[in-house]
Amino acid sequence: MNINNYKKIVKKHTKKSNFLHNYLAAFLSGGLLGALSQIIYLSLKNIFSVSSTNAKSYISLFIIFIASFLTAIGLFDTLIIKLRSGLIIPTTGFAHSITSSAIDAKNEGLIKGIGSNFFHLAGSVILYSIIASFVLVLLRVITFG
Amino acid sequence: MSVLYAFIFSGTVCLLAEIILNHTKLTPGHITTLFSVFGSILAFFNIYDFFIKKCNMGAIVLISNFGNSLYNAGYDGFVKKGIIGLFSNMLTKSSLVITSTIIFSFFFVCLFRSKD
Repeated sequence: MNINNYKKIVKKHTKKSNFLHNYLAAFLSGGLLGALSQIIYLSLKNIFSVSSTNAKSYISLFIIFIASFLTAIGLFDTLIIKLRSGLIIPTTGFAHSITSSAIDAKNEGLIKGIGSNFFHLAGSVILYSIIASFVLVLLRVITFG
Repeated sequence: MSVLYAFIFSGTVCLLAEIILNHTKLTPGHITTLFSVFGSILAFFNIYDFFIKKCNMGAIVLISNFGNSLYNAGYDGFVKKGIIGLFSNMLTKSSLVITSTIIFSFFFVCLFRSKD
């Protein structure tokens, strides 16, 4: 079979994803997460008179806790398929990537399994943001003093 | 009002990521890395602090805040102690995210088993 025919057949059978639906889901779920955490932040600050830095820390902890828990019991994957970027871009995505890669490698043992796969996906986030921040701080210091 | 701002900001960033995800061959791993690096670039131009002031948690829950806090902590360290401060201060502000993710993930991984 020649390659063009093959490509045509592949194109015919690949499922067309509904872009508009994906966009809406990502926008609404991401926005809702931000708005909800803002509501919790305001109520912690005003009703329970928690200081603003502490309130931010509590909410971050809570979000990471929930994301790791849902990933561990297997619910988060179905949520991500539905809501996509709305859950990948917030801190939930970071927690999800660590927990999922660790839990997949669990039966390979503590060191070779969990230990070496823990930062399998999240390692790149940490590595490149540290390098970028380092270079940018140096750039700022050199240019602006 | 700040709730509305938070909704719009985090929703728009997620929408942007979704557009990139749909129209390029990048995977979610690429996207999260891209956005956290983008966060430190925004911090370099002092833009991210403006977003945090305007929409509080809407900007803090995003992964871009990771790059932002790394950059700010590094710069603060440099101002206080010079080049040594840049090395020793870099991870101070984002320690909460990294440490809590490690602790909770390890805890749940020990408790639960993979489905398949």
